[in-house]
This record gives sequence, C-alpha cells and structure tokens, in this order.
Amino acid sequence: MTTTDSDREASGERENAAERTGSGKGRPADGARAAGKGRATGKSGTSDPDRDSGPDSGPHRASAADSASTSAATDDNDLGAAGSQLSTAPQEDAPNLPSLGVIGWVRWFWRQLTSMRVALLLLFMLSLAAIPGSLIPQSGQDESQVVDFMERHEFWGPVFEKVGLFHVYSSPWFSAIYILLFVSLIGCIVPRTWQFVGQLRSRPPGAPKRLTRLPAYATWRTEAEPELVREVALKALKRRRFRAHVAGDAVAAEKGYLREAGNLAFHIALIVMLVAFAWGQLFRSEGNKLIVEGDGFANTLTQYDDFKSGNLFTADDLNPFSFDLKNFRGTYETSGPNKGTPRVYEASVDYAVGADGRERSAKIEVNKPLEIDDSKVYLVSHGYAPVITIKDGRGNVVFDDAVPLLPLDSNVTSTGAIKVMDGYLDGRGKWDQLGIQAFFLPTYGGEGTAVVSQFPALSNPRLNLTPYHGDLRVNGGIPQSVYQLDKSKLKGFKDSEGEQVRENLEIGETMKLPNGAGSITFDGVKEWAGFQITQQPGSGWALGGAMTAIAGLAGSLFIQRRRVWVRATTGPDGVTVVEMAGLGRSESAKVPQELGDLAALIHTEAPTAAEPEPKNPDPTPEPPAVPAEGAKK
Amino acid sequence: MTLAAATNENLANLSNTLIYSAMAVYTLAFFAYIAEWLFGSRSKVGRTAAALTADTKGAAKKADAPAVTVTKAGGTSVLERPQVVVRAAAGARDVPDGPGAHGGDEQGDLYGRIAVSLTVLAFLVAFGGVLTRALSVQRAPWGNMYEFNITFSTVAVGVYLTLLALRKNVRWLGLFLITTVLLDLGIAITVLYTASDQLVPALHSYWLYIHVSTAILCGAVFYVGAVGTILYLFKDSYESKLVSGGTPGRFATSVMERLPASASLDKFSYRVNAAVFPLWTFTIIAGAIWAGDAWGRYWGWDPKETWAFITWVAYACYLHARATAGWKGRKAAYIALVAFGCWLFNYYGVNIFVSGKHSYADVGLAALRSVGA
Ligand code: HEM
Repeated sequence: MTTTDSDREASGERENAAERTGSGKGRPADGARAAGKGRATGKSGTSDPDRDSGPDSGPHRASAADSASTSAATDDNDLGAAGSQLSTAPQEDAPNLPSLGVIGWVRWFWRQLTSMRVALLLLFMLSLAAIPGSLIPQSGQDESQVVDFMERHEFWGPVFEKVGLFHVYSSPWFSAIYILLFVSLIGCIVPRTWQFVGQLRSRPPGAPKRLTRLPAYATWRTEAEPELVREVALKALKRRRFRAHVAGDAVAAEKGYLREAGNLAFHIALIVMLVAFAWGQLFRSEGNKLIVEGDGFANTLTQYDDFKSGNLFTADDLNPFSFDLKNFRGTYETSGPNKGTPRVYEASVDYAVGADGRERSAKIEVNKPLEIDDSKVYLVSHGYAPVITIKDGRGNVVFDDAVPLLPLDSNVTSTGAIKVMDGYLDGRGKWDQLGIQAFFLPTYGGEGTAVVSQFPALSNPRLNLTPYHGDLRVNGGIPQSVYQLDKSKLKGFKDSEGEQVRENLEIGETMKLPNGAGSITFDGVKEWAGFQITQQPGSGWALGGAMTAIAGLAGSLFIQRRRVWVRATTGPDGVTVVEMAGLGRSESAKVPQELGDLAALIHTEAPTAAEPEPKNPDPTPEPPAVPAEGAKK
Repeated sequence: MTLAAATNENLANLSNTLIYSAMAVYTLAFFAYIAEWLFGSRSKVGRTAAALTADTKGAAKKADAPAVTVTKAGGTSVLERPQVVVRAAAGARDVPDGPGAHGGDEQGDLYGRIAVSLTVLAFLVAFGGVLTRALSVQRAPWGNMYEFNITFSTVAVGVYLTLLALRKNVRWLGLFLITTVLLDLGIAITVLYTASDQLVPALHSYWLYIHVSTAILCGAVFYVGAVGTILYLFKDSYESKLVSGGTPGRFATSVMERLPASASLDKFSYRVNAAVFPLWTFTIIAGAIWAGDAWGRYWGWDPKETWAFITWVAYACYLHARATAGWKGRKAAYIALVAFGCWLFNYYGVNIFVSGKHSYADVGLAALRSVGA
C-alpha cells in the first residue's frame, strides 16, 4: 500500500476542484490516458463502483493530477480485481496517435468506432439526421407535396433535391450514420459477450484487502469460529441466490448477472430488428385490387391493378391464396355535426390458402387485416358499382355487369365510364362502340339540389348517364383508364332537338337510346372494396426482436449487479472479527440495505461478542466514512 | 360496435364542469404551495453552504462524527444488528439534502400538507372529468388534443402523488408541477377544446388504447424527470458557486437550500427517466403494430413516428452519456432536457405545424386517407 489515505483524499479533492472549474471536463483524453495506464498495469479502469451515479467518477478519478495518477492507479489496484468487470462496458481509449503503422491505425480506428463515446456521437447524429425528413415533404409519402415545394422554392428546391432531403431516410448520409452505428454496435457486442461469458464461467473475485474502502461496510466481533462464520455466510448468500464461494479468509459473492445479460440481449435485439426490417424491405411486395361484391381474387401478379415490390422480390415469392368478396358493409353517422362520418367498414370474404385449400370465412375491417402467411390483406377503400344491362339495336344483351365507380367526395358521389367494345350493333345494324359517362349519387337530394350525393349510404340512389358512340380508342396503344372516356373520336347521342342525351335513372329504370340504338337498364347497386395486399417477410423476427429488446432493457435498467464479501479472521485477542462489504455497479440505497439484511442473518448465528476492553469499536483507523446520499432514508 | 352510440350531452357537460372545478382546486393548491415556500423562507436554512464551505476549508478533517445508517429488518428478532457504514463515491460532493419547500418551518410544513391534500382533491375531480368525458364519448378519452391534454395533466399529477404515496422525497416538485398543470389545462380549455365525438374506424383498435395510454404515461413521467433535471442544473450551479467561494443571491439561496442535493436530484431524474424508457420503447412498438394494422406498414417515417424515434434515440443518448466518462452530470442533464424537448415537440409541434397521418386535430382526414378516395 503506497498511497496514504490523505493522499487519496487530497487527490479526490483536487479532482473535485478541476471538475468544478470545468477544466477537468470535456477533455476525455486525460481520463482516457489514465485509464490506459490502469490497463497497462493489468487492471483496467473498471474499478469504478459508480458508473452511473456520481457526477465525477470513472477513469476520470485517476486523472486527478498527473503526479497522483500513478499512485491512484496502485490504489485502485487494491479494489481493482474486486471491482473489475462489474460491467462489460468498453473502456474509453486514448488516441495513441504517433507511430502506429497501418495495422495500428486500423486497430485504433476500430477501437474508436466501438467506443462508447463514438456510439454516443452516432446516436446523436442519427436523431439529428432524422429531423429534416419530418419537416420537409418526403417523396416516399407525398409526391405532390414535393412537387409543390419545388415550385415554391426555386433556389432551395434543387439544392434539397441534390442532397437527398426529399428522401432523407433512404439517403446515403442517413444510411451511413445508421450503418456505422450498427457496425459500432456489433463491434461492441461481440467482445462484450465474450467477456460476459468469461465472467459467468469464472468465480466472483476475491475480497479486496481493505473492505472499509467499499461503499457499504459492516463489522462486528463474535465468539463464533471464522470457519463457522464463513459457512453461515456462504449459506446465507447462496440462499439469496448469490453466486458465492470461499476464497481465502473471505466469502466472495455476486448477484445480478441478468443486468449484463439484459443489456447484451437488448443490443443484440436491435441488430435482429434492423436485419429483419431490411430483409422485409428487400422482399416486400405491395399491390392493390378492387373487387366488386361477388367477385374474387387469386394472388398472382396478373390479377393486381397495380403492384410494386422490393429489390429482391420475385413473382414466385407471392403466397398462394385466393378470396371472394361476399359482402361489404359500411355504416355512417346519421345525425349531428359529424353526419356522414364513417363508423364501420367491414368486408366479408371467403378465402382459401394454397392451390386448393379449404374455404374459410373472414371479416376484414379497417384496422383488422386478414393475415395469410407473410401476407396481409387490408381493406383500404370502398365505393359503389351500379349493375347495368345494355341491349343493342337488335335487342341482344351486349353488356351485363357491375361497373365500379370512383368516389369523388366523402359522400361518395362517384364517377366512371362504361365501355362496350365488341358485339354492339346500332339501330341500322352497323358495328359500333359504346361509351357511357356515369355519375352516381348514393343519396340524391331531390329535384332542385346540386348533383352531388347528400350522404354516403345508399338511401336514394341515382345513376346519371351520358351515352356516346364511336371509337373508344382502346386499341390506340396509349394506356387508358377504365374510369375515363377518351372522347376525341366519340359522338354523343342526340335527341330529336339535337341535345345531348342525358338521363337520371332510379333502380329498375331503363333509358332508350335514340334511333333504336338500344337501351340501358340500371338493375341495381353492388358495393366494391379496395384491398391492399402487402407481403413483408421477417415481421415476426422484427416483433420478436422488439419484445426481446424491451425485456432486455428492463433487465438492464432495473437489475442491480452487486458484490458482497464476508471476511472472518481471528483477531489479536482470539476473538473473531467479521467484516462485510458491498459494492454495486451503481451507487444505490439497495446495496447497504441488502448488506444490512445479510449482516443481520449472519449475526443471528454469530452474535456480537462481549466487549473485552472499553472503547474501541472501530476496528480500523480508517478515515471516517461519510454517508452516500442514496443511503439515507 | 353500435352505430348510433349517441354522444351523451349531459355527461359531456358534467365533464366540462369537473375540469373547471379541478382547475379551481389546483389554483388553491397552487397558492398553498406558494405559502409553503413563503413561510419556509423565514427559517434559516444553510446546510448546503455549511457543508460545502467546511469542505473547502479542512479537507480530510471534516465530519468527525461518521454518519451511520442503521437499516432495520422487518422483524423484532434482530435487536442488535450490525451497523452498515456507507461512504460516498470518491470525489462526489458531499451535500445533505435540503429540508423541502417548507424549509423546516412548521407553518410552512402545514401549508405544504394542505397543498398536497388540495392536489389530491383536484386530482380526483380532474380524474372524474376525464372519466365522464370518456363515458360521454363511449371510448377512451384521447381522440383529440383537448382530451389528450386533460388526460396528460391528470396522469402527471397521478405520477407525482404516486411518488409521494411511495414515501419518496418529492414534495418539492409540487409547485413546479401544479403551475404547469394549470397552464396545460388552461390551454386545453381555451385553445384546444373540441366537442365530444366518436372515433372514425381508423382509430378503432385496442392497440390504440395501449399505445396512447402508455404514451401519455411516459410523457407524464418524462415530464417529472425533466423538472428534476432542471432543478438539478440550478442546484448544481448553486453548489459550484458556493464551492468556488461565491455568494449566491438571497433568493437563490432561499430556494436552493431547500431542494435536495444536486446529486440526489440528478439521481432522481436518472431513475425516473430510466424507469420509463422501456415503456417508451414499448409505446413506439405498439404504435408500429397499430400502424401496421391501420395503414399497411409498420414504419413509414410519418412525422409523428419520426419524432417518437428521435425522442427515443435522444433518451438512449442520455442513458449512454451517463455510462460514459466525461459526459456525466451537467452534460447528460442537457441531453435529458433535449430529449424531453423532443417529446414536447412531438406532442405539440408535430400536431400543430406538421401534417401527417397522426394529426388528430382533424381526425376525419386520417380516416379518409385510409378508407375512401
Ligand atoms: C443502436 C443504437 C443503440 C441504442 C438505441 C442503445 C441503447 C442503449 C440503452 C437504452 C442503454 C441503457 C441500458 C443501461 O443503462 O444499462 C444502453 C447501454 C449500453 N450501450 Fe447501447 N445502444 C445503442 C448502441 C450502442 C453501441 C454502438 C454501443 C457500443 C459502443 C453500446 C454500448 C452500450 C453499453 C456498453 C451500455 C451499458 C452501459 C453500462 O453498462 O452502464 N450501445 N444502450
């Protein structure tokens, strides 16, 4: 023991002063260098009983003053072995810049990357980098807002575009940060896991020479033999599920390994989540399909109305299943200020998994997708599909189908087009094509009201039709929307006064086309539902990772890792002296409390001996101990 | 779900009355807390100064009488149990906790007790207000910002009262907390008030209840932690000033002397923040699950999601900072405040300035976007 207590006290004092004036702070190199020295002597700077409590502890302490640092290091050695490895947190490294060589540099860089400080920095940068994406429109979410932004900001628009501010979360710089973070994470986890496994396989370190140094300490004298005391202590500790063993004249025990395990599990779970997420993105697919009541869908590429997928997706990856839409039900608020607000949307389907699987029924609601393997079928939209029968000039039925129309407003005023491409002969028996512009109001307000629906449900449906004939131009090579007519080669049907024919039909009504060109009947209304089918593998892994992360986090934050030593020796007067001490990784009121409970347990079997000589209760002439804040009640 | 679950006007009105009454009682509690501070200032409190100035004078010679803590076991069987001596971490400032707002003054203490009783009463009334609101709309009371605000403040007070009930030394929080609770309720009633109404289908999911209720609880606890952090920063500068031989002003002395030691405040806010961090993690995950069901993707960098993530990363920063030498103490405290700022911005800022799927200022839109058009 080279250091005197006053030395230590003084060095602590000096450091305090440095801390207060701020000169000792923010210069990690100092602390790190000292820690490096500690490492060089074989005891790393982990002799740090209060990693997350006091404002100034850690390697910092050794940085007190250069002259004191060597002696401080030796002093720490005293506790070193006992206090070591209460955590597997990486040490802060000194940038030993000169004379490193290439390998040295690589190693130095790797050390930096996997240090806590750089992890902290990267975390910081990640949160900063995430901000712009929440304030600037993102093309992945709303392309039209991006276009709007570009138009309004002539200068900044292109600049933002160049640095990827319209797709922040897939930009190179954002990716760089989180990739570095995860490399750092892996580089951190692997050695920490090894270290932890090592700790699990070895035994708790033996008692330090001077137990009085530790944050919680108790002592008494007893008539019981030292062996007996140790035996009792070992039993008591084991009963409390400490890992305990006798080492020399003392029992060494440790508990709370779950803290470290939880911490490692949490960080590993983060990696699992990221990998699962990336995997899911690469193999993801997403498509939309509009289905009228009574119709069905089989999950193949050709059946989708539109489809997009991740980079590694192939058509073979689609889960085989099919379903029919039996019925769609929508209900709406019927009165009050929120009249017309949707209340329930529900699609009843029959589905089958695999090529010829058994049919099963299910309901799909807005928040309740149908899950089939990795696929989820979401209900994303709905509307009406009037059923229409069209007869041509000879009275033959040339069209008999439900025509889905697109909603225009929240009361589901809808619009669309009916196209008859083949088989139609006009009044004079000549081939022609029919195109009919359709407007649909589920609730018509009556004569004199605007031609918009008054309510989203079907209470007074009207179908407004405007028929044309001529060339629909569907074979013109230009892709054409099924909901719109290309009127450039179409002519309207005119009545006897030369006005464009246009009629409002109720269910069951028929409109006759002029000149015996046929008729159109409004037979009824079906509803349609729009489905989004997404397939994202790896979701299960992501969820598992997330749950593990929470459990690990709870373990790592709520469990204390701590050590207890019980030393029993025969004093000079032949009476046994029992000394107990506790050390927690973070300074906590629980450590002294637990020590007190343990002491009480052991004390019942090894009670205090009668005091032989008057007055000297303090077995060691240590400097008086001072209370820790947390220990006070 | 019944389609025409009509909103119950009477209950809604009762709810409003209860919220107003709660505000009145909170105001009384506010004055009682003020009285506690005022009366407390009469007695002389100078323990921090005493401890710290003694510290600077005779380094190793201070504290001749070692403070000894005796922990008692549950039973009476142990009469004479060994004493546990506790020592502070080397280098830590050794400052006793302040006596609390009453400053050891009996009358101050009485006012403090009255204030706490009034707070309990106001809490119950506010709770009734939230409950009747929930009954009137037949769902959980967090469909819009008004409801969110009244629930949030009620939960924050609930957290405070729970800490008190657990016999934690937190009465010093009272004045700071009630002041902001009054502000919060004031804003809720004047600016954010929304007539009661039911939810649109997109908001119907039990994940919503899980996600939002934990979000509110986390916010309330983060808030309590942030108050602790701010007070820590003040107390820490106060202590530093004393150590470096300065004399703080009389007002600062009067207030600071009564607060717990900076180390205790720091530990308090760390514990509070750390304790709720896993729940915050869970909140985000629950939100992702809900988004997965409602919008067809778990994570879409919607502004609300993004800021929840930023908040999460900021708190993770804080926890890392505490484990990293050179970042403990004040620096970590600043990070904690930034993190709470992120939370606040996510709540107010994003709702007001940024449009996204979450904007429950106009819930109808969110529904329309997911169903319809
Ligand atoms: C992806 C980003 C990361 C997140 C969200 C994260 C989150 C967390 C959280 C919340 C804790 C608190 C648990 C506690 O205090 O015991 C923690 C602790 C810890 N993290 Fe991370 N972490 C991340 C990356 C890293 C990296 C890259 C490293 C390695 C350099 C690292 C090393 C540690 C260590 C050593 C601890 C324990 C500190 C101690 O023992 O006191 N973390 N982390």
